Amino acid sequence: MAALVRTVSRLTRRNMGWTRGVASLADLPETHNMLRKTCRDFADNELKPIAGDLDKEHRFPTEQIKMMGELGLMAIDVPDSQGGTGLDYLAYAVALEEISRGCASSGCIMSVNNSLFLGPVKNWSTELQRETFMHQDFLNGRKVGCFALSEPGNGSDAGAASTVARLEGNHWVLNGTKAWITNSYEASATVVFATTDKGLKHKGISAFLVPMPSEGLMLGKKEDKLGIRATSTAYLIFEDCKIPRENLLGQPGMGFKIAMETLDAGRIGIAAQGLGIAQAALELAVDYAMKREAFGSPIAKLQSVQNKLADMHLSVESARLLTWKAAAYKDGGKNYIKEAAMAKLAASEAATFCAHQCIQVLGGMGYVTDMPAERYYRDARITEIYEGTSEVQRLVIAGRLLKEHADLTSW
Amino acid sequence: MWPIFDYGRFVSIISSSDVYGVVWMRSLAQLHKMANLRVLVGVKRVIDYAVKIRVKPDNSGVVTDGVKHSMNPFCEIAMEEAVRLKEKKLAKEIIAVSCGPAQAQETIRTALAMGADRGIHVEVTGKEYENMTPLHVSKIMAKLAQDQEANLVILGKQSIDGDNNQTGQMTAALLDWPQATFASEVTKENDHLKVVREIDGGLETVKVTLPAVITADLRLNEPRYATLPNIMKAKKKKIAKHKAADFGVDLTPTLEVVGVEDPPVRQAGQKVESTEELVAKLKDSGVV
Repeated sequence: MAALVRTVSRLTRRNMGWTRGVASLADLPETHNMLRKTCRDFADNELKPIAGDLDKEHRFPTEQIKMMGELGLMAIDVPDSQGGTGLDYLAYAVALEEISRGCASSGCIMSVNNSLFLGPVKNWSTELQRETFMHQDFLNGRKVGCFALSEPGNGSDAGAASTVARLEGNHWVLNGTKAWITNSYEASATVVFATTDKGLKHKGISAFLVPMPSEGLMLGKKEDKLGIRATSTAYLIFEDCKIPRENLLGQPGMGFKIAMETLDAGRIGIAAQGLGIAQAALELAVDYAMKREAFGSPIAKLQSVQNKLADMHLSVESARLLTWKAAAYKDGGKNYIKEAAMAKLAASEAATFCAHQCIQVLGGMGYVTDMPAERYYRDARITEIYEGTSEVQRLVIAGRLLKEHADLTSW
Repeated sequence: MWPIFDYGRFVSIISSSDVYGVVWMRSLAQLHKMANLRVLVGVKRVIDYAVKIRVKPDNSGVVTDGVKHSMNPFCEIAMEEAVRLKEKKLAKEIIAVSCGPAQAQETIRTALAMGADRGIHVEVTGKEYENMTPLHVSKIMAKLAQDQEANLVILGKQSIDGDNNQTGQMTAALLDWPQATFASEVTKENDHLKVVREIDGGLETVKVTLPAVITADLRLNEPRYATLPNIMKAKKKKIAKHKAADFGVDLTPTLEVVGVEDPPVRQAGQKVESTEELVAKLKDSGVV
């Protein structure tokens, strides 16, 4: 009996650990509503009109990123005292969704700088490192950073990093290749993960801060991608790349932990990006369905179309609540790993689903470049792959679920 | 950024020193004199411009429940002009005012996020709000301008719900201040303002002495986005709450809205083959 009471109270404590109830997540706080409006207006005025051209020309939106920096969007959760915007992850998720709704590539650039570059730098760097790598320029959109974890030989298998770093006097010397690095061509710095002690397996990976360009660091060719074409993605090739000893981020061997924690937060960002793409696709489909006539009336009156629109809306709204919950958990200091994985999984699958159905609703018009539906379809696809594939997300969710269950029954 | 000192006091602190010191002090004082505008900006909460307006079934007004509202676009332009004056160091304080229900505070907070220093919310609700007219608002604005010792009032030229285009003009008349309406450019010259106005025939340039009332037209400026850091700062700024009675204004309606109807549905046109046919048809229909 006592054990039962104990379990119930443990359950209660576990589930009541929300900082915000789900009901209150249905309506954002005033500040978040205001910033949502700012980001939406910005995306509608500055990003939406050029997104098609950026995609066609594979052009990095330098001016727009600078404007986003001035709005405070490139360093949302960096504290005010360090020159950032000082907002929380819920604000980041809301802002990123609105930006991605305008242009998925711009959303990607924003998310890489915020979560993947400034995330590790903010959390693990020393005062000295911050002077260079958290310089104002990285916070106000003039410079962007990138994150180099994946390699040609390992993506999901992040623990098998074959890039090596050896200490030579006062320098670390890096050798190896990193693959699929977003922002590589425009970045002024990168966080690189390299093995310092092969014997310790994934506990022998360390993180380093490398300025770009650097001697011994070369960029591979720009990948010709299916979507998010306004971002540059390329190999980073390290050939005896020397960096000062002080550029080690955190302690030796902490690299894997830094990478995993960074990706956990980054997942909320990618979830938001997926939401933006899904929402844009949904709005396009609804708009078109209300205008396009077939069989004597707008196709929005047809049950088949209504079913699709309902499913699309359901998928976006569900994913949105998951994303906001994950962000609220993170802001509240709770363990958010499972929620973030769920959010990313739900949102990326919502993005591909909505983009797919959007083309279906638009029919032939969805297949041509005159309408953005085909771009949403191409942009959405990557959200199920990067920052942890959908398969990896499922493993994370199952792992956490099993652990919680095991904790419960071990009385 | 510049310390606001009394010119007189500063001169007495200067000792036997150089001419430089006196010249510097004088220009400091001039700057102090320049940054002396206290600007009152009216911001109105209206139905968002992108929303389709629906008339209530009983023709008593338009549907506002559950409809998206935002700041009147001309009020945004007015607010932006005030912020630019502050950035040019011509204004030292911007006060954003709104008359309306509790939700009007959201509009004031947007104004604070754009750069206003503090806000004043004159709470008017329910039927009183529905029957409120520009005359009521002007009386409140005029009293506020006097109480707050403002020397410049900037309003939007009209609101997109009422489209009255009266508040600015009435406020100026009540205060007995000069007015420059439909402003498309405002420049400060010494102790007066040079305002370029958009009129039917083109552009008119007028000089108004301060204190004055300006109403903003579309091309005056392009309002800025409220940046995220400013949205955060806005949370700390104060909004004072008042009632119309605090300003001695009686909100008894002076006008009665008899009915609100949809505009007539647009009829299809007719195609004609020649100019003669066109003239003939125009004559037939009595238009010419």
